[in-house]
Amino acid sequence: MSTEARAEHFPAVDWNGGAFPYRVGHRKLGMWLFIISDSLTFSALLMGYAYLRASNNWPTPFPFYPSIVFSSVMTFCLLSSSLTMVFGVSASAKGDKSKARMWILGTIFFGAAFVVLHLIEWNHLIGEGLRPFYLPEHWAQAFTLADGTPPTALFGATFFAITGLHMFHVATGIIYLLVVAARVKKLKHEDIEISGLYWHFVDLVWMFVFPLIYIMSVDMHGALNH
Amino acid sequence: MNAHAEEHFAGSNKLFTSVWVVLVVLTLIEILLAYKTMPIHIMLTILLGLSIIKAALIVAYFMHLKFERLSLILTLVPMLVICICLLFVFFPDSFRSSGLRYKFQETAPVAPAPAEEP
Repeated sequence: MSTEARAEHFPAVDWNGGAFPYRVGHRKLGMWLFIISDSLTFSALLMGYAYLRASNNWPTPFPFYPSIVFSSVMTFCLLSSSLTMVFGVSASAKGDKSKARMWILGTIFFGAAFVVLHLIEWNHLIGEGLRPFYLPEHWAQAFTLADGTPPTALFGATFFAITGLHMFHVATGIIYLLVVAARVKKLKHEDIEISGLYWHFVDLVWMFVFPLIYIMSVDMHGALNH
Repeated sequence: MNAHAEEHFAGSNKLFTSVWVVLVVLTLIEILLAYKTMPIHIMLTILLGLSIIKAALIVAYFMHLKFERLSLILTLVPMLVICICLLFVFFPDSFRSSGLRYKFQETAPVAPAPAEEP
């Protein structure tokens, strides 16, 4: 980088006070810092899952239907909700607050669809007998190794902890967006953009949870004979 | 204050829609991969690679980081990447405890194989 370009990106006067060095307001910077710390929370949880998975006999019980079909449709819902959210922020930037509210309500619809589908999926697994520290009996039998090592019961703990924390974030995001949609005319554009940042972050986390929890746990060989 | 009614928000709806299409296509590739037989570490590498591309697209375009100041990007991204990489420090221990737990597996089975499931 040339000296001129460097001076343009990092002018010393930015850091002498009285300016926004990052060219974002304090609330937006705060949301970014929250997102970074929350990413570390999810990273730690996913690392913990990887740690347990690498050191245990891990069951891979998810059938194509309902688990993979449901989680794929849920992924589609979240991706689409991100698109409607970014349309809402765009409309708000142009000063069209009514259109922004319409798009935000669309985002809430997709988010709610995600939560409903996820709860149905949870209900199905709980109905099969999965608990945080207990595997269904037929899973335990199907995934026992030839030398008699049983699969670890921690599957349920990691599954419910990670997807549960993510679902909690989606539910919180829906409440947040409902408040933003109700007050959209009073809020500044940057505040609407900040709510968008949070929503996209929830989408981003699912982009890691979906392949690591669902795609990596597909019952390839039909061990459970679904 | 009418001059301030229009805020700057770079990127057109067409651009965002094409990013969304790419994200959906990458997701479909992931679902197809789930039904391909391959060693787990190769599958994990491909899935994580695709996920990182998807995350980068979301952060760059939807979260608008691409259009922010370089100093903000440099404040947020590198330290997150370094912190996540530091978490890999646990894996030798994970493989070690796997070795302890299943150390008899490669030499001789300690228990007779269970009867075949009907």
